[in-house]
Amino acid sequence: MQHRYDFIYLFDVRDGNPNGDPDAGNLPRVDAETGHGLVTDVCLKRKVRNFVILSHADALGKNAEDGKPGYDIYVREKAILNQQHERAYTAENPDATAKEGKRKGAGDQIDKARQWMCRNFYDVRTFGAVMSTGTNCGQVRGPVQLTFGRSIDPVVLMEHAVTRVAVTTEAESAKQQGDNRTMGRKFTIPYGLYRTHGFISAPLAADTGFSDADLGLFWKALSQMFDHDRSAARGEMSARALLVFKHQDRLGNAPAHRLFERITVARRDANEPARAFTDYEVRLDGEMLDQAIPSGQVKELKNDVTLMRLI
Amino acid sequence: MSHGIRMLVWGDDACWTRPEMKAERVSYDVMTPSGARGVLEAIYWKPQIRWVIDRIHVLAPIRFANIRRNEVAVAGDSGHKIPAGKVQAAMQGGTAPLCIYADENRQQRASLVLREVCYGIEAHFDLLDAREQDGSLPADPTAKHLDQFNRRLRKGACHHRPYLGCREFAAHFGPVEGDFPSCPENLRGERDLGFMLHDIDFADGMTPRFFRARMVDGVIDVQACLAATREMLGS
Repeated sequence: MQHRYDFIYLFDVRDGNPNGDPDAGNLPRVDAETGHGLVTDVCLKRKVRNFVILSHADALGKNAEDGKPGYDIYVREKAILNQQHERAYTAENPDATAKEGKRKGAGDQIDKARQWMCRNFYDVRTFGAVMSTGTNCGQVRGPVQLTFGRSIDPVVLMEHAVTRVAVTTEAESAKQQGDNRTMGRKFTIPYGLYRTHGFISAPLAADTGFSDADLGLFWKALSQMFDHDRSAARGEMSARALLVFKHQDRLGNAPAHRLFERITVARRDANEPARAFTDYEVRLDGEMLDQAIPSGQVKELKNDVTLMRLI
Repeated sequence: MSHGIRMLVWGDDACWTRPEMKAERVSYDVMTPSGARGVLEAIYWKPQIRWVIDRIHVLAPIRFANIRRNEVAVAGDSGHKIPAGKVQAAMQGGTAPLCIYADENRQQRASLVLREVCYGIEAHFDLLDAREQDGSLPADPTAKHLDQFNRRLRKGACHHRPYLGCREFAAHFGPVEGDFPSCPENLRGERDLGFMLHDIDFADGMTPRFFRARMVDGVIDVQACLAATREMLGS
């Protein structure tokens, strides 16, 4: 990978809970000071991982032997793929150095294990990982860095009481004399448009072997991951815009904050509550985004930066 | 200190984790010198130099927010580390599954993080080795490193995105034109921030070094605090 990338990712939720807060009884996360909704970086990374598992279910790790990157995922969720992953990995013989009579340095072994993990595991290559070795050097710092998603406007939390007509235990049924009704609660926000920023470092990509093909898969995951993450809690979530600033230089050609400032997102009518993506206007340098750059198009900006609009 | 640099760094959130409270992270009030060093190294670093932080300016009010996240725990371990032994086994063609199930190894951890921070950093570097990687000796090695850093600072270029304590708290950075902006009103005066991590001594078995941080009108003079701490401890 020869370029630095900075990106803006817009996604929205309708009548759902995009990311529950374990500190607040699973209410949608909010910034207590401003009332803006939050979605953590790890929540989004989870969905990227899940998408890669789903889209590469047949090819998991298969390519590793050819020296091509494998697409296994190290940090898994049982619900996504409940099958055995007892797979034999064949690798370069780790004892080779010892046999040749060279020093069997621990550093060598760590580095080999590190490289092997990067080659086989998409998430290690992309987001990094910490390997437990004696020292601090078994750490993989991934090239892709995500920040918290924040909603454009303060979000409104809705609490819904729901009933069910079945109980889980007989004792409970007896207590209700067969009425068998229990109450539950669920929380949604009627609508929220979230903006998150991300960064991809070319030097770190070189370090983990994160390739242009991996980058393509990452964009695909961001574009489609909500389509494979449907559940009763989530409501309708959709990726709305993915705006990627591609720098000509691998270290970058412009400060990220200057690039991000060029994209503004604001409610069309500040007096009406937002309930749909169409209630928002996304602009590039003041011009409506669709006119400035249609989806799928590329636009040359100044200073050797290209803006790619992937969604 | 002739070749000093000055810069601004800011972001939405920051977490300069206190080592004594890191299971459920609690941030220091302000950026640590080691955190500032990490920011500089993300922009420019070569093995030939070592960044030394001189002063940290606190340019935004100190405000905290609480975030709890589902994190991964490995049994008997404090963090989410990949066991090296299992990797070795898999490399040799073992059939045991090599992955962790995040929902089975769950640990909910709170973080008390800083909100909307902005800092000024004054630093310089020590030249450890004047030679280039190929062994040649450039005419003025300090000017070379200084120019490269300042060019990247002006251009917004970086080796990787700097961050404010944790990688999810990405930082923006830029040069400072003229004087540093003044600190918020409520940080005026003198404030004792207690013992803070100065940095980790990597040459001495990763020993953490602490110092007594004192903030005067929003400015922590790291070198003066270090000297005062040494004097106080009589070492």
